This record gives sequence, structure tokens and C-alpha cells, in this order.
Amino acid sequence: MSIWEYANPVRFMRLTGKVLPWITALAIGCLAVGLIWGFFFTPEAENFGSTVKIIYIHVPAATLAINAWGVMFVASLIWLIRRHHVSALVAKATAPVGMTLTLIALITGAIWGEPMWGTYWEWDPRLTSFMVLFIFYLGYMALWEAIDEPDKAADLTSVLAMVGTVFAVISRYAVNFWNQGLHQGASLSLDKEEHVSDVYYQPLLLTMAGFFFLFMALVFLRTRTEIRARRIKALQLQEAN
Amino acid sequence: MNATFAVLTRELRLALRSGGGAGLGLAFFLIVVMLIPFGVGPVPHLLAQIAPGTLWIAALLACLLSLDRLFQADFEDGTLDILTLSPMPLEGLVAIKAFAHWLTTGLPLVIAAPILGITLNLPDSAYWWLVTSLAVGTPALSFLGAIGAALTVGIRRGGLLLSLLVLPLYIPTLIFGARCVAAASEGMDVIPAFQLLAGVTLLTLALTPIAAAAALRMHMR
Repeated sequence: MSIWEYANPVRFMRLTGKVLPWITALAIGCLAVGLIWGFFFTPEAENFGSTVKIIYIHVPAATLAINAWGVMFVASLIWLIRRHHVSALVAKATAPVGMTLTLIALITGAIWGEPMWGTYWEWDPRLTSFMVLFIFYLGYMALWEAIDEPDKAADLTSVLAMVGTVFAVISRYAVNFWNQGLHQGASLSLDKEEHVSDVYYQPLLLTMAGFFFLFMALVFLRTRTEIRARRIKALQLQEAN
Repeated sequence: MNATFAVLTRELRLALRSGGGAGLGLAFFLIVVMLIPFGVGPVPHLLAQIAPGTLWIAALLACLLSLDRLFQADFEDGTLDILTLSPMPLEGLVAIKAFAHWLTTGLPLVIAAPILGITLNLPDSAYWWLVTSLAVGTPALSFLGAIGAALTVGIRRGGLLLSLLVLPLYIPTLIFGARCVAAASEGMDVIPAFQLLAGVTLLTLALTPIAAAAALRMHMR
């Protein structure tokens, strides 16, 4: 038994078909309990008011938005090295999910930023690097769309994922340098984890788990759809011959 | 060595004699910089403040403009296949092509930038670092562009896609390059930004030919 057995599309479909309902149920359960607990049964923070409750969507979305790129990177690497089609399709399926999570993080951040900082947008290093990440996702998806041959598209997007990863990391630190250089010491501390007390922390863990399962469920679902689409295409080609 | 020289001369000849790619990039640079005062108003101190960023962004866009032709013509008429079959490694070929692109696009921008700096009222202290940072930073633009050009080589209407893929990769170079010039014009320490700029350029020189050659091979598989 090795993990590579699930590189076989049939095995992958069988396994994910079995676990998908459970993961979906876990996602719904964790999110429902976590969000209701977080929104209605936690006290309002001293200097944040009720806006603190955006944390239950903002932080999990932001965390997973970055990790989704990591999933794409690993899946692309596996495709380049071992040429498992399922791996390439996982990378393809992850991109829109990651992009949406990035967008959610940006939008909830803006909604939170308005009452807290008095502005929807601030060219803070973290905000800026998320915008950059969003553009990287867009470029990746656009390249998938632009190439007709599935294998070639998987190859080229994998190269882009490699290059993009290197430059996303460099950009992250370059942006730090840029902002520090422009207004020193004026940057806001965004490390909320530091001053989050247990009352907020426990539901936050639950929503993070919920977002994680939701992410997993969506990626599995999208990958299964891609595999089925491939199969339909193959059948249509057979039919035509 | 002979082969390297032959390919380089061929690239330069093609760039200079057919279509005037080199001159066009320079003209585009001029136009973009000229449009800035129309947009923000003819206020000398404001222009002086935005001059470093403006010059860098204009250089970056001018560089982008001619990228889609880096491999396209050779790919279409089969030259690229023949060059791939030659003993020269494809990585080397990509590096030479990117270098030729820099010679015909980046270098003219480096030379023209100080003249346009005058029109934007760039402070005297910044000229040396404007030229130096562009000279060190623009090779990275050409080499990174080679990745984008290689990825989009067979794609119809790949030009817009190319910009979407390449421009995010330019962010570190733009940040460090523009910061170099801005620091010089404000009389601050330039060296940290310059060292980082040089670091990014060296990294791209070393790694991008590998990625671009891999992408080209995928297209010709």
C-alpha cells in the first residue's frame, strides 16, 4: 500500500467518493458550530467592538489561501516528476478555490479595516502581498485556459507554479522592504494571534478546521469533476471514430 | 563559443534590421514618460518625487512590449526546432536570446533614462543611481520575460496573457530598483536596495534559462 496507488484515477475516484460526504459533513458541522459560537456567544472585544468577529472568516480564509498555493506547488511538482494525471488535475482544481479564498481574505480584511483603521485599503505589506498572490492565481488560471492540449497545459502551468512560488516568496519579502522604506514604524501590527484571548481562540480553531475541511471537500469535488470531464471527452472521441 | 557568437549576431541583426523592435521600445518609453506630466500636472516638485518610480515603471512596460517576439517568429517558422537539434543546450540559447533582447531593448532604455529624468525634474544626486540601477535591473526584466515568452509561445493572442504572467514576476525588481533611485534622490543610503536588486538579477540570470528552456521543450514535445 503506498500513496501513489491513488494516482490511479479509478482508485482516486473510489476513495474520494467514499470520504467526500464525511468531509463535507465535517466542514458543515465545524463551520456551523464555530461561526454560531463565534458570532453569538463570544463577548465583544474592548477596543474592537463586534467587528472582532470577522476574525472567524478572515483568518481561516487567509491561512488557507496561502496553503492552497502550497498544494498547487506540491501537486505540480508531483506532475513534473512522476506524471500522474490526477496530480495535475488537483493543481488545476485548487487554483480557483485558492483564488476565492484570497479574495475572501481581502474583502473581509477591507470590511474589518474600515472601522478599525478608518480605511478600506492600506498599502501594508500583508495586504499588498495578498493582492500579489491574487494576481498569481489569476495568471495561473489564465494559462490553464489558454492551452488546448491538456498535457501541455499541465506541463506549462507546473513550470509557472514553480517560478511563481519562488517569486511569490521573494515578493513577500520585497514588499516588506518597500513599505518599511516608505513609512518607517508606521505599519500596523496584524499579528492578531498574539492578542487573541481564549474566548475567541476556541471558536477560531473550530472555524479554521471547518475551512480546512471545506477546502478539502471543494478540491476533491473539483478534481472529481475534472476527471469525469476527461472521461466524457475520451468517450466522445471514441464515439466519433 | 563560435555558435554563441553566431546566434547572438543573428539575434541582433534581426532585431535591428527587421521591424525596428529596438527603436519601438525606446519610443514607447519616451511616450509613457511624456504622458505622466499630462496625467499628474506640470508640478516640478511632484514630478521630482514620482520620477524614480515613473522611470522604472516605464522601462518595465517598454521591456514587456517586445517580449512576445522573443521566441514567436522562430517557433512559427521552425527555426527553433533546428536550433534545439543543434549541440548547443537550449538553456544557453534562451540565455543568448534574452541577452540579445536586453542589448536591443534594455540597454537603450538605460542610456535614454537620464535624459528623460531631466524632463521629470529628477534631483541631481539620483542620476548615477538611476543609470546604475537600470543597468543592473533591466537584464532581470529580459530574462524573466523569457519565461513568459516561452510559456506563451504557441498561444494565439498570447500578448495579454504574457503581461499577466510576467508583470507579477517584475515586482521585486521594480521595488528594489525604484527604491534605489528614490533613496539616492532623498539622500538616503542606497546600498541595501542596490544589493537586493543585484541579488534578484543574479538569481534570475541563473535560474530563468532553465525554466524557460523547460517550457520551450514542452511546447515542442
